[in-house]
Amino acid sequence: MRSRLLLALLLAATALVSGCATTTARVQPWERATLTDYTMRPDRDPLALALAEHVYFSRESAAGGRGVGGSGCGCN
Amino acid sequence: MRSAFFFALAFAGALLGRAEIKIGDPFPVLASVGLTGGSIPATEGKILVVDFWASWCAPCKASFPALGKINTDYASRGVVLVGVSVDEKASAYAAFVKKQAPPFPALHDTAQRLVRLVEVPAMPTTYVIGRDGKVRSIHAGYHGSSTDQILRTELDALLAEKS
Repeated sequence: MRSRLLLALLLAATALVSGCATTTARVQPWERATLTDYTMRPDRDPLALALAEHVYFSRESAAGGRGVGGSGCGCN
Repeated sequence: MRSAFFFALAFAGALLGRAEIKIGDPFPVLASVGLTGGSIPATEGKILVVDFWASWCAPCKASFPALGKINTDYASRGVVLVGVSVDEKASAYAAFVKKQAPPFPALHDTAQRLVRLVEVPAMPTTYVIGRDGKVRSIHAGYHGSSTDQILRTELDALLAEKS
């Protein structure tokens, strides 16, 4: 009786977890029209990007901290 | 112990429950999935190449001239090439087809029914289907001349097979 209850619980848990195993939650390759839109590009506005970068290195004292070589000491 | 076995079996079933079309699987019949945008060519007894594309997909656009040449070179030899758009917007599909003017049928999977059945792994994806209706090869993405060359080699091999 106990083992049957355990089996039923395991099957119920499997049914719940199987939702995580399927790919229904992720964006499928054929559903990426919106993601490829120009407005989704982070570099679509060079001025806004430059301002954001300035704020970043001023606040974080991390000049060049986003991929440019250097120590990131913020001493510029 | 037995419970653990059943649990493992059920979990494996859940993982393998995807319906993605793989090599060796029968490809869905094009006439039965509600494609629009033109007449569906007769494919019975022919080698079929199905290319899934979208107007927003840059590699798809890059692949069209090469696919057009393949169609020109192989259509008379018993190869049918069909492009299937997965665009959600019919206007985007129509504008793309008008601009590209491909020499092969570029149909529209209006309700994304076929692409959901097939579960393409990437955009674009090209399926080569044998005369028996089974998938012989799958090409995810378009890699320029290398994809073009591989497709031609495969088509030549399929044409060399006895029908």
